[in-house]
Amino acid sequence: MQVIRSPKVYDVVVVGSGAGGGIAAKVLTEAGAEVCMLEAGPQWDQARDGKMLGWPYESPRRGAPTERPFGEFDAAWGGWELPGEPYTAGKGSQFDWFRARMLGGRTNHWGRISLRWGPDDFRRKSIDGLGDDWPITYDDIKPYYDKLDEFVGIFGTNHAAQTGLHNEPDGKFQPPPLPRAYELYFKQAADKLKIACVPSRLSILTRPLNGRAACHYCAQCGRGCTTHSNFQSPTVLLPPAMATGKLTIVTGAMAREVLSNAEGKATGVSYIDTTTGEEKTVQGRIVVLAASACESARLLLNSKSARFPNGLANGSGAVGKYLTDSTGASLSGFIPKMVGMPNHNEDGTGGMHLYMPWWLHNVKDKLPFPRGYHIEPGGGRRMPGFGFMGGIERHPGGSGGGYGKGLKDEYRRLWGATIGFAGRGEMVPNKDTYMDIDPNVVDKWGIPVPRFHWKFGDEERLQARHMMETFKALIEEMGGTVLGRIPGPEEDYGLAAGGRIIHEAGVVRMGDDPNAAPLNKYCQAHEVKNLFVADAGPFVSQADKNLTWTIMALAWRTCEYIADQRKALSI
Amino acid sequence: MDDMNRRKMLKVLGTAPAMAGIAWTEAEAQQAHQHAQTAKKAAATAKAPYKPKFFTAHEYATVTAFANLIIPKDERSGNASDAGVPEFIDFMMIDQPDRQLLMRGGIKWVDSECRKQFGQPFVKCTAAQQTQICDALAYPAKARPEHSHGVRFFSAVRDLTATGFFTSKIGIADLDYKGNTFVAKWTGAPKEALDHLGVSYEPVKEWYREG
Ligand SMILES: Cc1cc2nc3c(=O)[nH]c(=O)nc-3n(C[C@H](O)[C@H](O)[C@H](O)COP(=O)(O)OP(=O)(O)OC[C@H]3O[C@@H](n4cnc5c(N)ncnc54)[C@H](O)[C@@H]3O)c2cc1C
Ligand code: SF4
Repeated sequence: MQVIRSPKVYDVVVVGSGAGGGIAAKVLTEAGAEVCMLEAGPQWDQARDGKMLGWPYESPRRGAPTERPFGEFDAAWGGWELPGEPYTAGKGSQFDWFRARMLGGRTNHWGRISLRWGPDDFRRKSIDGLGDDWPITYDDIKPYYDKLDEFVGIFGTNHAAQTGLHNEPDGKFQPPPLPRAYELYFKQAADKLKIACVPSRLSILTRPLNGRAACHYCAQCGRGCTTHSNFQSPTVLLPPAMATGKLTIVTGAMAREVLSNAEGKATGVSYIDTTTGEEKTVQGRIVVLAASACESARLLLNSKSARFPNGLANGSGAVGKYLTDSTGASLSGFIPKMVGMPNHNEDGTGGMHLYMPWWLHNVKDKLPFPRGYHIEPGGGRRMPGFGFMGGIERHPGGSGGGYGKGLKDEYRRLWGATIGFAGRGEMVPNKDTYMDIDPNVVDKWGIPVPRFHWKFGDEERLQARHMMETFKALIEEMGGTVLGRIPGPEEDYGLAAGGRIIHEAGVVRMGDDPNAAPLNKYCQAHEVKNLFVADAGPFVSQADKNLTWTIMALAWRTCEYIADQRKALSI
Repeated sequence: MDDMNRRKMLKVLGTAPAMAGIAWTEAEAQQAHQHAQTAKKAAATAKAPYKPKFFTAHEYATVTAFANLIIPKDERSGNASDAGVPEFIDFMMIDQPDRQLLMRGGIKWVDSECRKQFGQPFVKCTAAQQTQICDALAYPAKARPEHSHGVRFFSAVRDLTATGFFTSKIGIADLDYKGNTFVAKWTGAPKEALDHLGVSYEPVKEWYREG
C-alpha cells in the first residue's frame, strides 16, 4: 500500500478528540503549540445532528435504540458493537467495549456526572492493602480540578465539612438546581437510613460562562446541547483551540500505529483515511494518545519495531494490564406516594439534582468488601420514550395486566411513580483482567484488534449485594415496592458485565518504576520521552466516582507539563 | 339494507334525521349510499390509507384490533389507531426483526385458538368473543398454562401499543407531560407537589443559598 506522508511536522499529534483529546488541544494550542488532531470518526454538528427539544413522534421509530444503544435521539455514533470493528474475549471472559466514533467522542452524550476524586482515591493500597497507590496525590491534581471547574463549569456544593465526607473535596461550583419533589422525598428516606444525600455535581451550567448560555432545563443532555450549556468537547474545548489558529483537525483518521525512530523517539502516527482507505502518516515532535484507554493501549501494542518488539513503551510488559470498569447494579421501585402527584414539569437538568456519595468509611473490617460506591437516583415524569412502562403486568401498583379503559387509566396513574437507583462502585484491579492483541483477528482497516480477559472478584460481587440491599431499603423506606426481582448470588447480585458501565480505565498505568508501569507520573512514557497518554489509560485504580473529570484534570496537567518541558527544551 | 346500516351511512353524510324512527324510502337510501361512496373515495384520495410493510392485510387488521382494544378512545383522548400505533408496530417489525416471530406466530396462535373456540379468526369474532380471548390472555398471573403463548403475545402487543400511544402527540398530551421545553429559571417543584409528598425545601436550604 502506498503511504501518503505529509511533509509538515507538527509540534504535537493528538489522537482522539474526546474528553482527554479535547483538553490536550486546548491546553497545548493555547501554550503556542501547532497541534494536529486525528479523529477516527466524522464531525458531529450539534445544530445539524443533535435532537434537542425533539419529540419521539418525529420518528417512526419513536426513539427506539435500534441503531444507538441509548436510543435513536442520543448524540452518539458508536456503541458496544461497531460494524467491521470487532474485538474478542479470552476463554470464559466477557468485556463489552464501548466506543464512540465521532468528533468529541463520548463527551457528546455522556451523563456529565463530574465527580472530583478525593485524597483517599489516590492511595487505596496504603489504606486497605489492595492494588497500588498512584504516584501522585490529590494535591498534585487539585489545581487542575479547579481549572476545570472554572473553565468548563460545573454545578454542585461544597459539603465536605458539613457532611464529614472528607473524600468528597470541595470545588468551585455554580449553584446547583433545586431538587425535584421526589428527590426531596428520597432524601428523607436516605436521611432516615443515614445515607448521605447531597446536591449532585454535573458539568452543566446554571449560570452563563465564557459565552455559553445557562441551562434551560429540557433534560435532554444525552442528545447534546445546542445552547452549549453542558460539557461536550466540540462545543467547549475545541472552539478555543481553533481560535488560536494552531489546531488542525483531521476527521475520518483511524490511527493504526505510533511511528518511532532508531533513537526510540516517537516521530508521528500512521492512520487510515476512512473515506479512501489509504494509509497516511502525520509527523509530530510529540505524540499524545487520547483515543480512550483501551484504544490507546491497542495502538501501543500494535506499534512494534526492532527496538520495541512488545509494542511501544511496553518494556515493562504492563501495557494492557490492570483493566477496570466501575461496578454497577441497579434496582427500581414503585412508590405509591408518588401516584397522583400534582402535575408539573419535573425535567430539570439532564441528570439527577441530588445523589448519594459513598457514605461509609470502609476498611474491610466493617463491611465484607473494600472500597465503596455511590448511588445515582432517577425517576419521576420523564418524557415518554420507547419502551414506555413496558411490562405493566408485573407492576406492583397495577392490576396485573389488562386492557381497555381501565388499563389506559392505569398507565396514566402509574406513570412517573417510579424511582430507580443505580450504584457505581470501585473495582479493585486484578491480574486476570487485562487486554492483549488477538493474534488472529484484524478489523476492516487491517488493524489487529484487542482481546479482553475479565474476572470479577468477591470484592465486586459483595459490593453489588450491598448495593441491592441499600436500594431495597431506600425503596421500602419510601413506602415502595421493588419492581421486579432482586438478582441473587447466581447472577452476581445484578453486577453489570465488564465494560457495561463504560468507565474502562488502566491498561497504560503510571508509576515511578519503569519496570512496572509504562508511564511516569506525568503520563509520559518512561521509554519514549516524547510520548504521552491523556485518557484513562494512566489510571492506577478506579474510584467509586465516575472518571472523566479525572481524565481531564490529568490531561490538563500532562499538557502543561509538555508545554513547560518544551520551553525548557527537554523534550 | 337494514335500518342500522342506513342510519350509520346517513350519519357519515352528516344528514342524520333529527328524529329517530323515521322510515326511509328505498330511493333515499340509494342516494345516501351514493353520497357515502363518493365521500369515502374523496377521503381515500386525500390521505391514502397506510399500507403495512411487514404485516399481511389480515395480520395488520388483527394487530389494529388488539391495539384498539388495549388503548380505546375515551373522554380524554383517541384510541391506538388515532395515535398511529398500528403503523408504528408494523414499522418496528422491520426495524427490529427479532420481534417478527413472536408477533406473526402470536397472531396465528390467537387465530387458531379463536377458530377452536368460536369457529373464526380473531378479527371476525364478535365483540363478546374478543373480550373473552383478551380476558384469558391479558392477566399473565391468572392465565391458564395452556394459554402461555398467547399471553406472551398479548403482553408484547400491549407493550408496543403503550409505547406507540404514549409517545405520540395525543398520548403525550393525554399524560399532560409538561417538559421538553425551554425553562428560563428553574424554580423547583410547586408547593402542591411538595405537600403531596410531605416534603419541603427547608431541610436543604443551606445548599441553595447563593454565596
Ligand atoms: C452513555 C454514557 C454515559 C457516561 N456517563 C458518564 C458520566 O456521567 N460521568 C463520567 O465521568 N463518565 C461518563 N461516561 C464515560 C465518559 O464518556 C468517558 O470516560 C470519557 O469520554 C472518556 O474520554 P476519552 O477521551 O478517553 O475517550 P472518548 O471521549 O471516547 O474519546 C475518544 C476519541 O478517540 C477517537 N478514536 C478512538 N480510536 C481512535 C483511533 N484509532 N484513531 C483516531 N481516533 C480514535 C474516538 O472516535 C473518540 O472521538 C459515560 C459514557 C457513556 C457512553
Ligand atoms: S438540560 Fe440544559 S444542558 Fe442539558 S441539553 Fe437541556 S439545556 Fe442543555
